[in-house]
This record gives sequence, C-alpha cells and structure tokens, in this order.
Amino acid sequence: MMENTQTHWCDPLLKVENLVVEYAVGRNTVHAVSDVSLQVARGETLGLVGESGCGKSTLGRAVLQLRRAVSGRVLFDGQDLTAMQGDTLRQMRRRVQLIFQDPIASLNPRRRIGDIVAEPLVISGVKDPEQRTRLVRDVLGAVGLDPDLVMGRLPHEFSGGQCQRICIARALVLNPDFIICDEPVSALDVSIRAQILNLLEEMKARYGLTLLFIAHDLAVVKAVSDRVAVMYLGRLCEVGPSEQVFATPAHPYTALLIEAIPVPDPDVRPAESVAVGEPPSPIAPPSGCRFRTRCPRADARCKEEVPELRAVAPEQFVACHHPLIAPG
Amino acid sequence: MATLELTIDDDVAVITVRRTRRLGSLFWAAIGWLIFVVAAAALAGLLPLPSPTDMDMLDRRAPISALHWLGTDGLGRDELARLVYGARISLTVGLCAPVIGITIGGALGMLAGYFRGRFETTVVGSMDVLLAFPPLILALAVTAYLGQSLLNLTCILGVLGIPAFMRVARATTLSLARREFVIAAQALGATHMRILLRELLPNVMLPLLAFFLLGVAVTIVVEGSLSFLGLGVPPPISSWGSMIGEGRESLEIAPRLAFIPAIAMFLTVLSLNLVGDTLRALTDPRQGAL
Amino acid sequence: MTEPALLSVEGVAVDLPTPRGNLRAVDRVDLQVGAGRTLGVVGESGCGKTMLSRAILQLLPKKAKLSGRVMFDGRDLASLDPESLRKLRGRSLAVVFQDPMTSLNPVLTIGTQLIETLQEHLELDSHAARQRSTELLAAVGIPAPEQRLTQYPHQLSGGMRQRVAIAIALSCEPKLLIADEPTTALDVTIQAQILDLLAREQRRRHMAMILITHDLGVVAGRTDEVAVMYAGRVVERAPTPALFKKMRMPYTEALLAAIPKLDAAPHTPLPAISGRPPDPTRSLKGCSFSPRCRYAAGSCYQEKPALAGSDAPDHQYACFHPIGAAAGIHA
Repeated sequence: MMENTQTHWCDPLLKVENLVVEYAVGRNTVHAVSDVSLQVARGETLGLVGESGCGKSTLGRAVLQLRRAVSGRVLFDGQDLTAMQGDTLRQMRRRVQLIFQDPIASLNPRRRIGDIVAEPLVISGVKDPEQRTRLVRDVLGAVGLDPDLVMGRLPHEFSGGQCQRICIARALVLNPDFIICDEPVSALDVSIRAQILNLLEEMKARYGLTLLFIAHDLAVVKAVSDRVAVMYLGRLCEVGPSEQVFATPAHPYTALLIEAIPVPDPDVRPAESVAVGEPPSPIAPPSGCRFRTRCPRADARCKEEVPELRAVAPEQFVACHHPLIAPG
Repeated sequence: MATLELTIDDDVAVITVRRTRRLGSLFWAAIGWLIFVVAAAALAGLLPLPSPTDMDMLDRRAPISALHWLGTDGLGRDELARLVYGARISLTVGLCAPVIGITIGGALGMLAGYFRGRFETTVVGSMDVLLAFPPLILALAVTAYLGQSLLNLTCILGVLGIPAFMRVARATTLSLARREFVIAAQALGATHMRILLRELLPNVMLPLLAFFLLGVAVTIVVEGSLSFLGLGVPPPISSWGSMIGEGRESLEIAPRLAFIPAIAMFLTVLSLNLVGDTLRALTDPRQGAL
Repeated sequence: MTEPALLSVEGVAVDLPTPRGNLRAVDRVDLQVGAGRTLGVVGESGCGKTMLSRAILQLLPKKAKLSGRVMFDGRDLASLDPESLRKLRGRSLAVVFQDPMTSLNPVLTIGTQLIETLQEHLELDSHAARQRSTELLAAVGIPAPEQRLTQYPHQLSGGMRQRVAIAIALSCEPKLLIADEPTTALDVTIQAQILDLLAREQRRRHMAMILITHDLGVVAGRTDEVAVMYAGRVVERAPTPALFKKMRMPYTEALLAAIPKLDAAPHTPLPAISGRPPDPTRSLKGCSFSPRCRYAAGSCYQEKPALAGSDAPDHQYACFHPIGAAAGIHA
C-alpha cells in the first residue's frame, strides 16, 4: 500500500519496506519495530519522533544493519542492505553514518581526537597519513573546532557540546550521503542544543546530506525536518510534511505529543493531564491499534483491526481508524 | 540530560584529587622497594656475593657478620646470596606466570565479552571447571608427571591464573562493548579485529594491568607455598618459599632463617598490592566517567 | 513580603576545592520561598543550581565550604546538630531527584521503602503505615497500589518510579519540596503528567516547592516566581508572569530564544548562544555572561553587575545594559 501512496517523488535515497525487528530479552520477545515502511528522499530531512522504547532507535540501527531485521528490506540507493554481508556491507556503511545521543560515550576515552576523527579514513583504506591529516583538519574546521588545539587531546577534556561536534566531524570525514542522527541533542543544554542543531543544518547544506533525525522532542524535530514520522510502540502512526502534521495532526497520539510540550509562556496554562497513562510494554503490545489503550477515541474496531497507513491530506498519512481530520 | 556536563566535571575533579592524594609517600616507598628487589635480582651475578650454593659445613647457621651479612643457613650457605638469587626465582615465576594468565585469559575474556553467545558460554564454563579443580592437586599431579622444574612451575601457576584474568577482561569488555563508541566503530565498517584491538584493548588494558600486579603478588605467595611444601623449584636452587621451608627446621635455634625470606616476601607482596590498588583507584573513576 | 518566608537563603556561597583551583559553585545567592509558593530555579548544567539545592538541604560534599545562611521555618539550618537536621530533612524538607532509578534503593521493595520512611518519621505502627502507603501511591496516580508495594524499583517504568519517589517525598507532609530536575529523564508525555501531579499535590498540601530545571518551558506555567542562574549567580529574578512579559537580562532572553518553537517554520536557524559557560574555576573580572552577550560593552568587562531592581521592585536582574532600557544609553 505504501508503494502507491508514497512514491510520487522519484529517487528515494533510503527506502524501508515492511521492516520487522524483534529481539529476545530473557524468555520474552521485544517487538521493537513492526512492519514499518518509509522513504527518505535525497536531500531531505525526515524526523522520526516517539517516546522512549517506541523502537525509533532500533529502526535507525536496523537501517545500518547493526541490528538485523526479522523480515522486510532496507534499500539504500537501490541496493538491499539486509541481503548484504561482510565486506560489501562494510563498504556500504561508509556512505551511511550515525551520530549518537551521548557524545561523550561515543568517543573512545583513550584515543586522541585526531585519531578518532581519522579512524573512518583508516578503515576505508586512505593510506597516505598526510592526506588523512589534511581531511581531518578540514572537517574539524568545518564543525567549528580549531584543529591545532583539538587533535592531540582526549575526549574527557571536552564538554558535551564539543564532543558532539567531534562526533559530527567523524561522521562527515568520509563525505557520506546519509546520516542517521539518534537523539543528537537530547543530552545537551539548551544553549548548546541550538548551536548543534544549527551546525547540523549547515553541514547538511555544505555536504549535501540526507538526514534521518531521531528525537523524542517534537519542537527539535520540527526545527530541522522537512517531513516527520511519528512512531508508537514499534508502528508508524503518522507521516507527513512537518508543518502540516504540527498544524493539523491526524493521529490522536501526535496531538497528544504536541499538547505535552511545555510552552514557555505563563499565560498558556498547561492543559491538565493531557496524557493518559504510560505506553504498554513492547513485549506484549496491545492487539489492533497499539495506541488504543491510551486513546480517547478507541472503540471495538481499534481492538480488532490493525489500522493501515492511509492518506488524509496530500502527502499526510495516518494509521488510525478515527483520525482527527477526515480523509480527504 | 542537563547534568551530563556537570557530572563529567565532577568526576574529572575526583580523579585528579585522588591522584594527588593517593600517590603519597607509601606508594613511592612501595615503588622504591620493588625497584630495589628487581635490581638486586637482575644484577645478582654482578654483585660481590658469595655463591648461593657453596656449602660451608663448619660455618652452619653463622650469625650476622662482615663476611655473611645475613649469616648462613643450616648448610652453611650465605643467606644474603640465597635471598638475592631466590628473588630471581620468585620474581621470574611471579612475573611469568601472570603473563601467561593475562595473555590467554585476557584474550579469551575479551573475545567472550565481545562476541557473547555460545563462545562465551563455553569459555565461562571451562573456566568454572578449571576453578573447581583443586589447585594443589593439579600442581602435585603435574609436577609428579612432568617433573619439578622452573618452567613447569611457571606453567602451572600461569594456567591457574587464567580464569581470574578472563573474568576481569570479560566484565570490562561486556560493559564497554555496549558503549556507543564501539557501535560507532561498527557503524563505520570497522572489522571485529580492529574494534577489539583499537577500541577495546586500550580500555581493557588498564584494569587488566592493575589486576596483573595483584596477580604477581598472589603468584609469589603461591610459589612460596608450593616451594615450602617441596613442590616448587628443585634444590639446590633457592626461592623465598623454599628458604622459608628450610628455615622451618631451625625455627627454634635461628628463627631469622625463616623470617628474613618471609619479610622479603611480605614487603614485596605488600608493595605490589599497594601499587596495584593505587593504579586501580586511578583508573576506576575514569571508567565510571566515560 | 508580609509574613517571614518559609525558606530564606541569605548570601549563600559554596566553594569546592579542586586541583585546578577553587571552584565557586554558588556565588552569594539570596532567595526566599513563602509557604505554599513555587519558586523555579532555571539554569544550564554547571550553573550551580544543584549545588544550591544541596546547600539548602545541608547535603554538600564534605570538602565544600558553605558560607551565608539558610533559614528554614525560623531556624538556621547550619546551626542544627546532625540529628535534628536529619529529622527535619525527612519531615519538613523533602527532595525529589532527577533519576528515580538511583534515588530508590534497588534491593528493597517499594513498600519497604515507603513504610520505613513513614514508621521512622511519623512513628506509625506497621498496619497504619501500610494503609498510609497505599493511599499515598494512589494519590500519586499509581494504579493497583496494593500490588505495587511488593514490587522492586526495576519492575516499574521511569515515570512510575518517579511517582514512587514523589510519594516517598510527600509521605511526611513536608513544608518544602525541592524537585531537582524531576522530569529531565522522562518522556514529554510523562513529563506533563509528573508536573501536573506535583502541582496538584502542592496545592492540596499547601506545600512550598522549589522546581529546579533547565527548561524555561517547564517553569512558565507552573511557578509563582523564577530565578535564573548563570555561573553560580542569580542573574534575574522575578514573578513568573512579569519575567516572561519583559525579560531584562540578555541571558534569560537568549535562553528562551534558543528553545525551538513549534510555530516556527522548519529550517529556521535558531538564535543560539555562542560559546559556552565560563570555566567556574577561573573567576571572570566582569559580568560572567559578557563573553557570550550581544549587548556587552565597556563596564560589562570590568565589574560584576549586582542583582538589583529598578522599575518593579520584585523584578531584579544583574545587568548593566538590560533589555528594554532607554535606547540612548548604550547606542
């Protein structure tokens, strides 16, 4: 069904088709990602939002084959990553990079910054050390760090914001096509957060990147994304252009997420208890629509039938039996 | 999290504070003693010492004198020379055995912690078997079968040390392998070999080295115990353990024959433990702050 | 203020010795919280807001040096002996931390932790304590409270754990609750629920609250007064509506501007604050925000501005060139 509805732009760089990721925790199976399909067009930023445990990070890692899918395909530039093994996969990974939530933990504490940023070059077989140093200096400069001051130091000498700049430099040094940002600013302070978001936008333009931006903060996602995908308990709830989704959310869960954002304005009294309860466990997700246990609009049908993603507005798709806006 | 940066700062402060506080005179005294013992053992041949095996039956259990600085033992051999040459044996065994342990145990532990799965189960299982086997019986059996020699002794003690090193390496690797920098390396397309050597090894090495020093201390004591029981190096070669064993016979007449090597061992082991603990204390908060 | 404040922090400074020199974590802070009022303390990590809360609780690290006075309910907390301080902390002064996983004991059941607190501070017998625990858990919105008593912290979700931590904090009807980043580790939807819960319980119990956060959005609708901290000092302090209506300190304004807005178009560059907070071990001669401030000029680099009010007496700020001052002054 996604085939017909979402392929009106040509040339998706990343195409995820009916991806299912499950893994065992003790005796139980966690249904982390269930039948998710989405596309990211070349040069676009797709924001992926959801609460913790909704499977958004797992989805990001499954794209890179860091977690293997149970079924479904991940097509990158037309090639199926799920079918790749060993060296071919390693070659492909160089075109897709990952930036993590905790910038300090994602840098090896006992290696110098110069080595850390040069590592991707070493792995991809750039033999000439001078060329490596030149590329590392360039990219460190691009992310706003002084190569002379930075290269000989260890990660713990830097603040979180600076470490995230280093991580971005490492992701950029191979000149990739696609970057998966997994909560890149959640661990940072408000003032630093804005710097990093601006830097990501700048780098996107400079290096011609396509981004998958994973975050739980809708306002952050809105700030950088062309389109957003909202995920709940392993399934997609809603996909659409960011402005449209934020202005007229079609899925009750999207609406709930938007209402829950604290507004820095004392005149806007926070709506009392907009959110009901907590997400159920992904080990035993509810039948039918997974959001039904917290949804004010749920009825018998939601319990029986899994809602399919369908269009409610141009380019806006929702998986809900009772969407907030009537299908147009 | 907003406190992220603050926590890091706190921890950095903690390390540096601890470093200046802990590296007190005791640490340097321990280092000094270790250097002194190692130097004496290494330079034993060059020192103006009488032969440790020359017996002088007329001068048995001679008291401390200008000729024999620490007197002579029950067979009239120079006690100081035996102590210095004994240090050679004790330190050789004490250093070589843990090297076997750290190499094999460290490698197995890192592989087990990184790859997990069936390999880990097998490694951990076989280590449990090895641990369950009474070490003294194993030593007895091997020496009875292969004969008493320095090499055999070192090998036995080395093998006995493998499980402990394996556990330290595995525990450290387990906690590190889930860190994002390892996932980052995987995402970059690094091979397993490269991740193990470049990303994990430098981080596993420090706790392993700290543990290695404690391993040396333990091995010296175990070697002493085995020699004391007559399972160590064959006579007439001396080791601290065998000297204590021989001194036991004349404990009432000349207690110093047992006590001097015992004190040497005590000081060496204490120094190793002190240095090892200090190093571990230095590396641990860093581990937490990563 | 007509009646004496419940909590009065007078010139409190906290110094931490570090190998790199003395770190002044909190620099002469004055704050008052009246009974039943909510004070929001806003600042980035490292600005000293957590140290301030620890100074109020008298739970500073051993090496730290505290100066100034903390008056609570008419008593100087520094003069109290450890025993009465301990009693006070459990009964009148309660605290909720950021991470409920580390503030709850992982090897004891929720019930044990709650019941023990109640027995110790309120001297209830075990039956009454159990009864009260169930009521408390129900009050903080935990479904099936009877069963939860027998569970361990790791069996609960993050939001549920934070509810339990709040239940423990509320158990002895404290007069003041210090909530130190209570929702930072939680999801937005859960954050809203926890903040609502805190607000509701506060109103019901007529309890004073200090809400410490890095998010101006969190304090906006839920506090009576806000103190903004930067580099250990309070740089702006005002009743919440007044603050959001007219920010005077450039830092507060910049902090608010840096939050991505939902109504802004995608790809709008955010007005980020350049640079990063100053190294607290090195004392800056001028205003500590001056290296990052757009309006900084002349005197800003020479001396520290004092926290003072001008037009409105309860709106104080520490700035030589406040926003909205007569344009001619620094043009």
